[in-house]
Amino acid sequence: MAQVKMTVNGKAASGEVEGRTLLAHFLRDDLGLTGTHIGCDTSQCGACVVHVNGEAVKACSMLALEAEGAEVSTIEGQANADGSLNVIQQAFQDHHGLQCGFCTPGMVMSTAALLKDNPKPSEAEIRHYLDGNICRCTGYHNIVKAIMAASGQDTGQIAAE
Amino acid sequence: MYNFEVERPTSVSNAVAALGRDEAQPLSGGQTLIPTLKARLAAPSVLVSLTGIEDMKGVRMEGDKLCIGGATTHATVMREAEAHYPGLASLAARIGDPAVRNRGTIGGSLANNDPSACYPAGALGSGATIVTNNREIAADDYFMGMFETALEEDEIVTEVKFPVPDAARYEKFIQPASRFPLVAAFVARFSDGVRVAITGASENGVFRWTEAEEALNGNFGADAVKGLSVSADGMIGDLHGSSAYRAHLVGVMTQRAVASIA
Repeated sequence: MAQVKMTVNGKAASGEVEGRTLLAHFLRDDLGLTGTHIGCDTSQCGACVVHVNGEAVKACSMLALEAEGAEVSTIEGQANADGSLNVIQQAFQDHHGLQCGFCTPGMVMSTAALLKDNPKPSEAEIRHYLDGNICRCTGYHNIVKAIMAASGQDTGQIAAE
Repeated sequence: MYNFEVERPTSVSNAVAALGRDEAQPLSGGQTLIPTLKARLAAPSVLVSLTGIEDMKGVRMEGDKLCIGGATTHATVMREAEAHYPGLASLAARIGDPAVRNRGTIGGSLANNDPSACYPAGALGSGATIVTNNREIAADDYFMGMFETALEEDEIVTEVKFPVPDAARYEKFIQPASRFPLVAAFVARFSDGVRVAITGASENGVFRWTEAEEALNGNFGADAVKGLSVSADGMIGDLHGSSAYRAHLVGVMTQRAVASIA
């Protein structure tokens, strides 16, 4: 076992982990932050996307010990300070960008990373960026719509409508 | 995944020393190795993480060569190589997905030498030099077959040096579930000749399609490769595509790459 320390959603976090402990397991099992979902566990599905030092990564494919000293953000840190949903979360709710909700934490975290680099992505850019986030319910259409809305863009012109 | 110890050296020399431990293995971005460990296809006692070695990160020009540190992520190459070698930046930009590109590294990809990986085509197609803690290896001498390279047990890819061609294009026929190429061609046009590297097709991993290179040296246009074909013998065949289909794609992808830069 080894000691690991990091900052998670702005708060200091630490714990004793095995070498093989994945960041996703540390967040879920040690810190109780179960919003980071483990879907495929093979880095295909993106349900476990969190930000490490500002970059989207799949928490199921990174060791907890490799996040030593890092700033980690998870879905639990996304809401506004007063507890209300942030712009992306609200847009997912408003546009029905989720059904079962399992992929949603990863979708929201990937969206946050996309909009940080590209505040007004085109529909094609959104669909391309979400390559690594799989949703088995929605057919993606309303997710794309939610992201268009979250970035302040017209949602009326989306293909396949 | 079986348990292991994790070492996080901050210098190449400390990493090499740590690799001297029993059953030690280097870990770069982990986007292949961690799933491999989960599947229990590897069971090292010690993983030596290379991502804390700052000397192995970054993209810079040295003379007329583009030098990329072994622990540089695909996302960094995508952003920082664009101004120097756009054909290679474009290859990096299409590996995996955004989250994978934020972790996966060029050194990890080249050390693993997956027969369907993107970077081996970029390195072989550019005639790059693979720099390790011990020596420099020409790409032509580095790739030894499926998942096999010239690397010794205690060797780490510290840097990759790319000659920059006049034009280059990577054409990837994507296998959408894995986001690896089903077949991809990297075509680089230098003032002294053309190089064509093919990944995803052969059971021996990445290879140079010398027949196409010769034809393109005489006449650089998609027509020059139109009549050429590679044999289906030794091509990968699986549920995603037969060996004959992959052999056919070699020609199609090469033609597309040539057409886009001719």
